[in-house]
Amino acid sequence: MMMTRLVAAGAISLLGTGAFAECAFENTVPLKSLSAGFEAWKSVTDAMAECGNFTAELDQEFRTKQPAAFEANPSLYQIGGVSNGTFTPLLNAGTIRPLDDLVEKYGGGLAPNQLIRVDGKIMAIAMMVNTQHLMYREDVLADLGIETPTTYDAVLAAAEKIKEAGVVEYPVGATMKSGWNIAQDFNNMFLGYGGTFVNADNTPAVNTEAGLQALETMKALTVYMDPEYLVSDSTYVQQQFQQGKIAMANLWSSRAGAMDDPAESTVVGKVKMGMAPLAVDGGTPATTLWWDGMVIAKNITDEEAEAAFQLIMEGMDEDMVTAANDQAIWLIGGYVPGDVAQGVVATATHDPAPLAYPSTTQMGLMHTALGNELPAFFTGERDAAATLEAVEAAYTTAAKEAGIL
Amino acid sequence: MKFRTFASFVGPSVFLMLLFIAFPLVSVFTQSFQLTQPVMTTVEVETCTPGFLTQTCTTETKTVPKLTATGGVETTTTWVGFRSYQNVLQMDKVWSAVGAGRLGDILQIDFWKALRFTLTFTLITLPLVLIVGMGIALAVNNAAASLKGQIIFISLLPFIITPVIGALSIRWLFIGDGILTVALENLLERDIAMFAQGWTIEILMLFYRVWHVAPFAFVIFYAGLQTVNQDTLESAIIDGASRWERLRFVVIPHLMPLIIFISLIHLMDSYRVFEEIVGFTSQAHVISLQWLTYDFLQPDDSGNRAIGRASASAMLTMIGIVILLVPLLRRTWRDHRGSN
Repeated sequence: MMMTRLVAAGAISLLGTGAFAECAFENTVPLKSLSAGFEAWKSVTDAMAECGNFTAELDQEFRTKQPAAFEANPSLYQIGGVSNGTFTPLLNAGTIRPLDDLVEKYGGGLAPNQLIRVDGKIMAIAMMVNTQHLMYREDVLADLGIETPTTYDAVLAAAEKIKEAGVVEYPVGATMKSGWNIAQDFNNMFLGYGGTFVNADNTPAVNTEAGLQALETMKALTVYMDPEYLVSDSTYVQQQFQQGKIAMANLWSSRAGAMDDPAESTVVGKVKMGMAPLAVDGGTPATTLWWDGMVIAKNITDEEAEAAFQLIMEGMDEDMVTAANDQAIWLIGGYVPGDVAQGVVATATHDPAPLAYPSTTQMGLMHTALGNELPAFFTGERDAAATLEAVEAAYTTAAKEAGIL
Repeated sequence: MKFRTFASFVGPSVFLMLLFIAFPLVSVFTQSFQLTQPVMTTVEVETCTPGFLTQTCTTETKTVPKLTATGGVETTTTWVGFRSYQNVLQMDKVWSAVGAGRLGDILQIDFWKALRFTLTFTLITLPLVLIVGMGIALAVNNAAASLKGQIIFISLLPFIITPVIGALSIRWLFIGDGILTVALENLLERDIAMFAQGWTIEILMLFYRVWHVAPFAFVIFYAGLQTVNQDTLESAIIDGASRWERLRFVVIPHLMPLIIFISLIHLMDSYRVFEEIVGFTSQAHVISLQWLTYDFLQPDDSGNRAIGRASASAMLTMIGIVILLVPLLRRTWRDHRGSN
């Protein structure tokens, strides 16, 4: 993959027409973007850069940088990469602009489900869907005669067998870094057990049976993990897979492509994707559905916005998808779901289907409260009930300050 | 000195101190009693998201901030008295924990957990920095003249490294299968995970801080050692004082003002411990007061910053430093009065 891209890059520079070879227009307005840093973003921003005058910042800390950067006038970035989680603060602060007229003018090639509408106005252009689903070492499971687990009970049973066999260092990996990651891991499990985060009057509702069960299952899984799981984020788990240290993980589908990257991975072709496991029989897969896409800042000139939108269209074209087909579950025309998409297809088409991550202020506050308070349960400082109580207290304090309680 | 001359010399510095220290302090103090919050409204919104293969549109009532005509978020500011302090200190939980006789529960509250670590960190590193700094200074002082330059240079290296970079490099040596962890595992023939529990991370942090700050103490002590009265030392030798007795009764009393100076600086610095928390990503196990303030200031996933609580926690941190410094400052004051 890397090699073909290098060769392609070399070929383009040899053409002599410079950077604009693959671009429909020559961009003359200097533009910048800030987005997350996984493979799909790299491909899209690389395609955008071919039009010239564009710098992309791929930063895993974009979540905290983006709201402040877009609030500046003029905005520090014209283009932002968001997901349905990071979309909320920008939308709330009113720092992104409606794209309806730009879509009408330049967006002919967009599929209707790429248009993210809020209150009737198009506020973002989605490019891919993302979800956490089961990734597993097919060879390890086959050798031990384990069927692909579809429930967490089966995952635990499989982990026990793998541990006994001792074929990998740790049977299970998980994105449980304290803060955003561990909170998201809890969200998945909590929804899997049928929980709802807040009541209709905005008071918290995590200290429930579903919350306790979610924590119990997470704790049971940690027995089979690298003991340093509280510092392990998506990249860490991806590397654990690539280095053959783990056999199963509920990991982002955007990381699937990296498993077969021969430059990084020692397990090319051995990692397969399956449905996100169910927490309870007949429930939804214990995960959430996400989309990733782009927004355009409000505090910039109309000229910049127009150039930015054209650039986005260039980044989201069929050529880019053809070249990077397996890096994501693209929503863009020309995408052919391959082997690595099987997990997402199975997850999203399961009946009942998992929920999309809610883009709400309440969820934002809850996510932060969970991220701060959950680690104490896993370090053994607090029991499950006390932890959930602390989460609710932290949420209540923050919600009062934010004016929603 | 004429008052005009004095004023023109001191004026710029007083102005800058007012601008960069006093005014921000007043502002933080005020904000710790205020609460600025967005005006929220409930609206019915239709949101369309990709779903999978087909678009799904849902209509739901959402609580969103009101926007002003110019595009910003409309906010209101109210005086809330000590509410932010209460939210940070959570005294009600502290008293109920004391009442129930479960003192350990207090340490589950962020502020007290942070205070526990900050104090341990400050009070353990202080003597270590003094001892190690003094040790290096004495060693260099007694080393052959031809080696002095090289030894000084090497001893100063840790102090030159940017704190976060230093913390990160130590983290990478130990995290996961870092080379030093693997070396330790081979040596002790057991599985070691330095980042899996709080106390090992704390040891790494203490080690890192002493390693980083000891050169500072060394430089000061080394300069001080050059001014020790040689006649007194020689008469001590004639009186039959051992090396230890000379150190105890001649050198250390002479260096006492420097020891107090280093202690003051170190207490102020290490009470604001922050780089270690970020560098070692220890938030799950160990947090410090300065990190707590920073965490309040970080926007949460809905874009809110807890400015009120951050200000309260910053004020509490300052009060903590002042309390720690009081004994040392009183001593300096006494010495000062005594010498006049």
